Amino acid sequence: MTVVDTRWRVTVDRDACIGTGVCAGAAPRQIEIRAGKASVLAAQTGPDEAVIDAADMCPMSAITVRDATSGTLLAPAE
Amino acid sequence: MTIDQEIRDYPFRESPGIDIDPTYKLLRSTEPLARVQLPYGEVSWLVTRYEDVKTVLTDPRFSRAAAQGRDQPRTRAEMTYEGIIGLDPPDHTRLRKLAGKALTARRVNEMREGAQRVADEYVDEMIAKGSPGDLVELFALPYPTTVICELLGVPFEDRAQFRIWTQGLTSTSEQLTGYIEQLFDYMGKLVAQRREHPTDDLLGALVKARDEDDRLTEQELLGIAGVGLLLTGVETVSTHIPNFVYALLTHPELMAQLRADRSLMPAAVEELLRMIPLNPAAMFPRYAVADVTLSGTTVRAGEPVLVSLPGANRDPKVFENPETFDFTRRQNPHVAFGHGSHHCLGAQLARMEFQVALHTLLDRFPELRLAHGDEGVSWKSGLLVRGPNRLLVAW
Repeated sequence: MTVVDTRWRVTVDRDACIGTGVCAGAAPRQIEIRAGKASVLAAQTGPDEAVIDAADMCPMSAITVRDATSGTLLAPAE
Repeated sequence: MTIDQEIRDYPFRESPGIDIDPTYKLLRSTEPLARVQLPYGEVSWLVTRYEDVKTVLTDPRFSRAAAQGRDQPRTRAEMTYEGIIGLDPPDHTRLRKLAGKALTARRVNEMREGAQRVADEYVDEMIAKGSPGDLVELFALPYPTTVICELLGVPFEDRAQFRIWTQGLTSTSEQLTGYIEQLFDYMGKLVAQRREHPTDDLLGALVKARDEDDRLTEQELLGIAGVGLLLTGVETVSTHIPNFVYALLTHPELMAQLRADRSLMPAAVEELLRMIPLNPAAMFPRYAVADVTLSGTTVRAGEPVLVSLPGANRDPKVFENPETFDFTRRQNPHVAFGHGSHHCLGAQLARMEFQVALHTLLDRFPELRLAHGDEGVSWKSGLLVRGPNRLLVAW
């Protein structure tokens, strides 16, 4: 039996972040606004479309989602 | 709700000019969860503290979708057309992503030169017509209208039509539904043209998202393009430009400071946004879907909560000297554009438009002033936005 345990790494560029909270609205299980800036609740997360949405919706392109193992960029899409 | 708590009539009495009603300050310190009765709809909570406002706008236990079908607290009999602001994630996310891609900071920065050209053209026309003139008609309305038309791909020549619809949507008009239908018909024709001849403007991109990827319905497409982008984009910026200019002209020390150091412009725009309310009353109540305690009072599941953005923006726990304009604030985390999922989709565009507009007016009119003092200024009487509908300036 093979177990595929894909993990994603979500990072916030705190210099770019202006704290709109759009990301926290899209991905409340993974991202919150702390002291006026977006913060990830855990360094890694299981695959969840919500964090892709959060990264795609950030007006400042401050959120990045990568495959934790390979480092492949998953979002934002450009 | 606490049974013996006073129910206040809301909106509070209209404050003159760009001021806000002192009741917000009183409530923030003594009654952070106030009970209010609007002209229509059920009794609501009103929150005025920064932290509570942010909680209501981000906590998933407060829902916009749950407001649908309820007798929402509101300022006129008919329900406001809601579209995207009536949705919660993930439905909301699907729609927001489609338009949001065109309005990121990077994309907006690419539009700055075009906006500058548009602003200069209207100032050229003002100068050709001669001083004095009405800044609203000559600049504040046509400038953002042109910027949005170019972004969306809507013919500027049709602006007289959609101006009527905008005024209908932002007044107490009984014809709201009729205006929405006319606007949808109009957008429908532009969409049909794009199906014949695809375009690379934002409307073309939305049509492509609908037809090729089935990512939104026809009604959603017409709503987000017509109401969400066209009408909202024009009404907000065209209202705040005269507000901001009025604030500078009636605070000569601020005008002098900005003229002396133009690098203050981005911070000045943020401070003008923080201090000057766009709406005369809180709108779009969130409905609690579970019991939630805010500032020591429990909001029960099923109850509506209105948030006051101007109230939050003057919270002394967050802003030093909150009632004073200060273009040198180091931190200005205001919530003029809202917060959370429904944070203004066009915020970056609006910021850029304000900065370009004010730079241009300061550059081109070194002696800009009110032409007849407050006699030359009249104010909108509608219920959705507040600002001058006439601002006579001389130069």
